[in-house]
Amino acid sequence: MITNEEIRRIASLARVKIDEKDEKKFQKDLGSILEYIEKLNEVDTTGVEPLYQTTGLVDSFRSDESRGEFKMDESLNEKLIGQAPNKEDRFIKVKSILNKR
Amino acid sequence: MNSGFTIKDIRDGLAEGQFTAEEIFKKYSEKIKKENKKINAYLSTFDSNPLILKSQASLAGVPAAIKDNMLIDGTKCTAGSKILENYTSAYDATVIKKLREAGVQFLGKTNMDEFAMGTSTENSAFGPTKNPLDHTRVPGGSSGGSAAAVAADLAVFAMGSDTGGSIRQPAAFCGVVGFKPSYGRVSRHGLIAMASSLDQIGPLTKNVEDAAIVFETIAGHDKFDSTTLNKAIPEISKNLNSDIKNLRIGVPKEFFGGGLSSEVEEKIRGGIKKLEELGCKIEEISIPNFEYALAAYYILVPSEISSNLARFDGIRYGYSSKNSPSLLDVYLDSRSEGLGAEPKRRIILGTYALSSGYYDAYYLKAQKVRALLRQDFDKAFEKVDAIVGPVTPTTAFKIGEKISDPLSLYLEDVYTVPLNLAGLPGISIPCGLGRESKMPVGFQIIGKYFDESTVLRVAYQLEQSLK
Repeated sequence: MITNEEIRRIASLARVKIDEKDEKKFQKDLGSILEYIEKLNEVDTTGVEPLYQTTGLVDSFRSDESRGEFKMDESLNEKLIGQAPNKEDRFIKVKSILNKR
Repeated sequence: MNSGFTIKDIRDGLAEGQFTAEEIFKKYSEKIKKENKKINAYLSTFDSNPLILKSQASLAGVPAAIKDNMLIDGTKCTAGSKILENYTSAYDATVIKKLREAGVQFLGKTNMDEFAMGTSTENSAFGPTKNPLDHTRVPGGSSGGSAAAVAADLAVFAMGSDTGGSIRQPAAFCGVVGFKPSYGRVSRHGLIAMASSLDQIGPLTKNVEDAAIVFETIAGHDKFDSTTLNKAIPEISKNLNSDIKNLRIGVPKEFFGGGLSSEVEEKIRGGIKKLEELGCKIEEISIPNFEYALAAYYILVPSEISSNLARFDGIRYGYSSKNSPSLLDVYLDSRSEGLGAEPKRRIILGTYALSSGYYDAYYLKAQKVRALLRQDFDKAFEKVDAIVGPVTPTTAFKIGEKISDPLSLYLEDVYTVPLNLAGLPGISIPCGLGRESKMPVGFQIIGKYFDESTVLRVAYQLEQSLK
């Protein structure tokens, strides 16, 4: 069973804020999901190589050249930077991360 | 059951001068204005379309709906989430570009479970979509809006995405055709990612021929998606009639265990009998790790989600909470106010599975089980050319019936997720109505990796014989 403390710690790692009510709900939901997932322990996977992807492709390289499709101009700049909730001119603003003494 | 225009109807209608492309677009637009409020299939619609009408274009003038997780340059794209409520796409997804070049007219964007997480479209931040065949029931999900739009003839066809069944399951619930190509066949560039090693784009259509035509249009290598393979696209739509006599069809015995409703089983057995009548050789096979697929899936998907959804931070685009005192609060507040319960649940589950001390027990273990499952399929395909079975354990359930129990919704995916884990192509075609529920049952056909051709041929000929 996943504990309240674990839920709180994981949520804060994932940058998700949860209140006490969420905490109880997530504990119950995750508990039943994790219990279901325990099934996997019945499978003997000794010596099995994990399958991270299914294409069989290894190292898809391309030449280091501009693909030309995305040329930066005022309009593309506006589409990208212009959507930042907090901005000034062509810059995205974030809150200070250094504390004043 | 399907009414309204198919791709062929539009081609013929335009060629014979029954209507112009502008007229058919307007006809659908007006129909959507009138009927969409009853089912909430569309989240947004477009008033007009810049037309590229080359007479040779394969989909010239065909009006289509797009799931709201694919980018169309300059238009809103929400992925069914409040956090992207006001997000405007900065470019066209590769699939959109290809459809545009083929002459498709985009009618609008369809409703979906938030970030494609769900099997009922009840997880949308913009209200549930209703099943056009029975408004008290769900249309399935996550591409529920797309399936409903096609079933209600509010589009000729629609695009969806399928991570664990999100095209095939709603197609089954709404009585339309839903096709998931092999992983690596269709570019994911411009698709808002849920689980990148499983996501695949495909069509929802009124018949198998349309699915083949759309597939041929969107498939192929893309330099913006390095997981797409550089392989020739077979010409399928013109060869749907080529003989399937003596084709070996596998029926996994594990598909008919507990949990499968008797009304669905009855229809699936009926479909298998039809294939036998068509001259196919039916063989019982085994996928021994089938029963572990769902458990592996619900480790891997949340893990990839916890990584993919880290980008929604309230800084660069999307919803940002006002008045947060510090940078950390901006992240915390924006995510907790902008994301719904299911994305949060999966982010937390995924973060847990990937966290130090649990990685080997969960994530790595799941990837190993995934490898065993793929081996099961490889072994089965040494003996058979295609595998068939149900798409869902039951027909469309009632709105609100399962939403409070996430695990019961996850179990909906039991027949669809194994394909995504193994990367295989699969289709859902309607095979009649359930005896009790009177709702559509979907018949699933699964192919070898990159053998969409056999899947679509079998589907087409079964569809014809079920008419």
